[in-house]
Amino acid sequence: MNTARPVAPHFRKPLLETPFHDRARELQQNDHFVAWAGYSTVDVFTTVEQEYFAVRNATTLYDLTPMVKYRIAGPDAERYLNRLVTRDVRKLKVGRVSYVVWCNDSGHIIDDGTIFRLGPQDFRVCTAERQLDWFSDSAIGFDVAIEEVTGDIAALAVQGPTSCFVLKRFGLEGIERLRPFELGEFTVGGWPIMASRTGFTGDLGYELWMRPADAVSVWDELMAAGRTRGIRPIGSQALNMARIEAGFLLPNVDFVSAEHTVRINRDRTPLELGLGWLVDFDKPHFTGRRALLLQREQGLKRLLVGLDVAGNKPAHNALLYAEEAGRREVGSVTSAMWSPTCKRNIALAIIDAPYHAVGTTVWADIYLNRELVWERRMAAARVVGRPFFAPERRRATPPADR
Amino acid sequence: MSAATVPFDVIIAGAGHNGLVCAATLARAGRRVLVLEAGATVGGCAVTREFAPGFRVSAGAHLLHQMPAGLIDELGLAAHGLEFAATGLPTTALAAGAAPLEIGDAAALARRSAADARAWPLYDARLRRFARLLHGLLAAPAPRLGSDAWSDRLALGKLGLKLRLLGKRDMREFLRVIGMNAYDLVTDEFESPLLKGALSLDAVLGTNFGPRAPGTVLTLLYRLAAESAAGPRALAQPKGGMGAVSQALARAATAAGATIRTAAPVARIAVREDRAAGVVLESGEELAAGTVISNADAKTTFLKLLGPEYLDTGFVRRVDHFRSRGVTAKLHLAVDRLPAFGGASPRALGGRLLVAPSADYVERAWNHSKYLEWSAQPALEITLPTVHDPALAPAGRHVLSAIVQYAPFAPEGGWQAQKPLFLEAVLGVLEAHAPGLRDSILAAELSTPADLEREFRMSGGHWHHGDLAFDQFYMVRPVPGAAQHSTPLAGLYLCGASCHPGGGVMGIAGRNAAHRVLAEAAR
Amino acid sequence: MAAASQRRHDVIVIGAGHNGLVAACYMARAGLDVLVLERNDYIGGAAVSRKLYEDFTYSNCSYVCSLLRPEIMRTLELPRFGLQIIPYEGGCTMMRDGGHLALYDNHDALRRELSRHSKRDAEAYDRFSRDIIRQCKFIKPLLMREPPDPTSFKPRDLMELLYLGQRLYNVGEQRMYDTIRFWTMSAADFLDEYFESEIVKAHFSGSSIIGTALGPRSPGSAYVLLHHYMGDIDETVGAWGFARGGMGAVTAALAGSLQASGGSVRTAAPVEQVLIRNGRARGVVLASGEEIEANTVVSNMDVKRTFLKAVAPEHLPEDFLTAVGRFKIRGSSGKLNIALDGLPTFPAIPAGAPCIRGDMHITDTIAMMERAYDDWKEGRWSAAPYVDMLVPSQIDPTMAPDGKHYMSVFVQYCPYELADGPWTDAKRQAFGATVIDAIARQSPDFKSLIRHAEIRTPWDIENEVGLTEGNIFQGELTMDQLLFNRPVPGYAQYRTPVRGLYLSGSSTHPGGGVMGAPGANAARRVLADLGRGDTR
Repeated sequence: MNTARPVAPHFRKPLLETPFHDRARELQQNDHFVAWAGYSTVDVFTTVEQEYFAVRNATTLYDLTPMVKYRIAGPDAERYLNRLVTRDVRKLKVGRVSYVVWCNDSGHIIDDGTIFRLGPQDFRVCTAERQLDWFSDSAIGFDVAIEEVTGDIAALAVQGPTSCFVLKRFGLEGIERLRPFELGEFTVGGWPIMASRTGFTGDLGYELWMRPADAVSVWDELMAAGRTRGIRPIGSQALNMARIEAGFLLPNVDFVSAEHTVRINRDRTPLELGLGWLVDFDKPHFTGRRALLLQREQGLKRLLVGLDVAGNKPAHNALLYAEEAGRREVGSVTSAMWSPTCKRNIALAIIDAPYHAVGTTVWADIYLNRELVWERRMAAARVVGRPFFAPERRRATPPADR
Repeated sequence: MSAATVPFDVIIAGAGHNGLVCAATLARAGRRVLVLEAGATVGGCAVTREFAPGFRVSAGAHLLHQMPAGLIDELGLAAHGLEFAATGLPTTALAAGAAPLEIGDAAALARRSAADARAWPLYDARLRRFARLLHGLLAAPAPRLGSDAWSDRLALGKLGLKLRLLGKRDMREFLRVIGMNAYDLVTDEFESPLLKGALSLDAVLGTNFGPRAPGTVLTLLYRLAAESAAGPRALAQPKGGMGAVSQALARAATAAGATIRTAAPVARIAVREDRAAGVVLESGEELAAGTVISNADAKTTFLKLLGPEYLDTGFVRRVDHFRSRGVTAKLHLAVDRLPAFGGASPRALGGRLLVAPSADYVERAWNHSKYLEWSAQPALEITLPTVHDPALAPAGRHVLSAIVQYAPFAPEGGWQAQKPLFLEAVLGVLEAHAPGLRDSILAAELSTPADLEREFRMSGGHWHHGDLAFDQFYMVRPVPGAAQHSTPLAGLYLCGASCHPGGGVMGIAGRNAAHRVLAEAAR
Repeated sequence: MAAASQRRHDVIVIGAGHNGLVAACYMARAGLDVLVLERNDYIGGAAVSRKLYEDFTYSNCSYVCSLLRPEIMRTLELPRFGLQIIPYEGGCTMMRDGGHLALYDNHDALRRELSRHSKRDAEAYDRFSRDIIRQCKFIKPLLMREPPDPTSFKPRDLMELLYLGQRLYNVGEQRMYDTIRFWTMSAADFLDEYFESEIVKAHFSGSSIIGTALGPRSPGSAYVLLHHYMGDIDETVGAWGFARGGMGAVTAALAGSLQASGGSVRTAAPVEQVLIRNGRARGVVLASGEEIEANTVVSNMDVKRTFLKAVAPEHLPEDFLTAVGRFKIRGSSGKLNIALDGLPTFPAIPAGAPCIRGDMHITDTIAMMERAYDDWKEGRWSAAPYVDMLVPSQIDPTMAPDGKHYMSVFVQYCPYELADGPWTDAKRQAFGATVIDAIARQSPDFKSLIRHAEIRTPWDIENEVGLTEGNIFQGELTMDQLLFNRPVPGYAQYRTPVRGLYLSGSSTHPGGGVMGAPGANAARRVLADLGRGDTR
């Protein structure tokens, strides 16, 4: 049942290994592992640049297994989820996936994730962090069973412009007909595989969900199928670049879960994170609804926006000011990078009203360490819409054949 | 009748005394009020019923000592038939095989301890001063913290001012004792075990604490505060039992124009567009009203009648954690003669008789309930209602009504097996104080918290709907977000003992809920 | 009568406990001539390292360093004067069924450990920590401040009240309610709001009862849980640990710091009375009859010992005396210091688990802990006591000869007065045997390894250290004895009814533990009253 192989006790080796761990260890060149949700995963296999460009030009494999997964089933499963998340789960058809957030009573985001509707009252919810505490308390009064199945399912993200081709060659017949946010069940070489057209790169891509026992074989066959399409495994750093270009938010980077904040005013609502499109006020009650309605009425004090920063120096952790002189602080950058694809210096930032309106120019206070000498740049930064990069191929069905 | 045409402004779910006070108050303000009661009679815990052929008893609360005199007058309960069989009843601490002690009887106290007799008047006066301060706090609705509303700030300011007006000495002492436990308070002041035992029991009656638990001075003062508001009538026995209070309240409500329907259990609260829109009865009948007030406890209201799907998870979590497991049982005996409590005067027999021979006795009784056992030596508050109201029993016969502490909601082994054993233990204690009582018993009824939950539809069978303790008191009672009668759902209000100031037949929560509804409508 | 000493000191501090020394250090650094008088022939009060058996060192009262304020360590330069704190990780509770629950610093290891008992609890733990840390952050700044007198109209008190109110207000409505509830709940009820597993609740509730005459079901016990977290926030990271060389190292470093600032300590100088003339403290009289004069006297003794023994009643208002008499200082803890031939084995703990180097416990349900408390209420030591047991010699080689070990066993509950008459040596031995038997149930070789055991009842601790009833906090930490109520309403600002006489011990705000805050606060009050600047 558990993917973890017999290993040293947790007090000697706190991190688990995913079923792909042996392959990852063979292929990585830097011994660069990081902890993710209790698992040891690769941060960089070879170089970040090579891995990043593979996301945008070829096919990449990314070990998603540590993504926390819950099975939520029972007579009240739909009603339960609809009260949990801000989107209308009734509108989610069987065989489809939805990106969702859920909030606490004050409307502050606890986490984001995806809901897979496997049956009328049978769902899988993938989350960034463990949610059993909140999910269980949310289940008071609902006839629903919640089970964490993270270790029961191995998962692999197959992302990049040639990913559809690779998967077809791998044996997922008909994968090209899968539309964005749709899922399908396949069998390849006797291995049952669920594939969903989802991902965190903002590019064409799929996620494969399989039995842990099949994981290594699937990996090997995929690598073989993708050999002529430049397939390569990637680590979390390359993925992080892709997701910033796609304008996706990362918990604990762009916001902190309201279940974890210790200080005052560190919580963020979906409206403040620019995720208002995920909040459906017309559906039945959900946790945080009344607080969010009030916030909508009163207006936002801050908003997470995209920034186009002048120059080519990433505005990591920069404080933002209203004017070049740097007197009035109006926000701060949460994620920043030089976008190799857009050739733009982009960033995500939380900015106070009224400076968050698209088109406004604010000033980013950028610190540069140049051979141990710190330099400071005030760079103009224009508020722009997200995503920064959204290629057509992301949505095209069927995707390109080669 | 179709839901759309029902002409009610307000539906109140539950005709307990708070529901009735709320109904009467709203009806007098011109609201069209419908009260729906699940049971066959009104009254909730303030009810008189037959427990053995020809024997009637106040099945829940058995004395009226906390309803403010002003409220009784305001609603004209006397005009609506409320009569008292006796008022100003004495409290007497029983001692097996020794002379009893009437609390407040200086001479009797002096016979036991000269030091106690000296200390008593000072102690009593000081606690009554504190009680008066607390009374203002009990009578007014709890303010919200951190709100920008001037009414909340004013309420907090008034509280601070009242505290200051106590004077430096009293204020310091108040701020010290308020967080104390009753055991230490009475041990610091007195030496007579009987006096300390009686005061300790008063501090913990109806609560899930022993007298050594910090916060029990608060519950002791709470009791005194309510009594002080009740005025000279304090500790009164309504003629016809506590049901008579409810009947008078019902008549007052009806006279003001309210409609009361019994045997009409509410199944759920109807919600439309995120507002309470009425109720659905268990029969399926739908009744519409723009305002719904629940006299049920917080757990029943939010988790059963409304349902978590209309509420936020954090709020539901808090409601779920509202401690509402009662540890108080009720004993009713039909006896063929007046029990002979050793040495108790006829006056004493007509009042409250306490079996709490020492503070340690009460604490030990509580120990059991921590481990889901019933007290081997329970503490008792006994009344003999037939002394002042012979009509409650056939001629020459008597009724004994006792509050018994402690009995867990769900004892190890289950009540079915445990109840006869527990009854035996209670009767053993009674027999020790009133030799021969056992032979006079014609019928006995023991209601455990589980029985009380069924009979009175209170989650956990808790007298107060939920523990009275600092963490469930005032602005956090029953839970933050519902501590000012209004709830997270617009149009839904609470008016029962789950609200500040809690249980006891007081009626304050009902009145304050009504005022809240009226004030919000005026806005 | 012996002649008065030649010199009149600026300040005399009665008692060389850690708070007395902290106060003395601050005052000496401000240029005052400070003399500390200690009745024992060694310094330290309850923070001592003693060689009572062969080459073993016993931290024979307090045994871990957790709450010592970092600002005090910094200002008084304690590391320079030899204080080394060795952090320890983890801790565990062994279960009667052979299982165990361990705590690990690594978050993933801890989650996996907790989830062996309950998956849900493993995740609820994060919420639990978050809420406790929120409360820590709220309370921490209050530790080093003087509590306001709420009845006073003095600007300072009003400002301080306003500060408190503002702090509370700033956290927002919901957190204000959380704070009110947290400070008034029982540990058992509080833990029920997070955890379902009995062993998880039992483990965490342990820290709520240490040193107190409360059970885990007593309201007001929840906030004591803070103590286990206070060391984990902000700049105090790593504060939980052993003082290398035992707890006496803390007071030795303080004494070193004091000496360097020109202050001095005199041991074997028990103070009999505070000298009071014209309503003002003028010095002290030793048991020998010797008089030592000083302009200011700071008593580091607890409030009862100070005012019921060392100050003649005619100098004190009757109300004050009554209040002191009613101040609750209850003996509820015992202590065993054990010299061991080797490290005992605990079959419940897996081989190699680091938790054996932390605090170990054997109480696996809250009910068991509560029953231990019931015994205390009846004037008996607990038949199945809660123990907080540590073997510092595993990481501190100065505590025992090579290969041998020193085990510190803190025991809850043990009454000061037994229901069946005074403590006798036979009863002390029986108490010790109860504790040793309880531990031996988790360790088959434990008894055979014992070379020597020092058994300390509250009565012993009182007689040796001078703490009334042997209470480690110099007074219960209940709502009625905290903040402006500690020790006596109206006298919570380190001053007393006698001019020139101050209190610096744990009887004052913020209370117990080897924290040093009362001493530092008292020194600041003295210096302010003398018109001297703050030395921090």
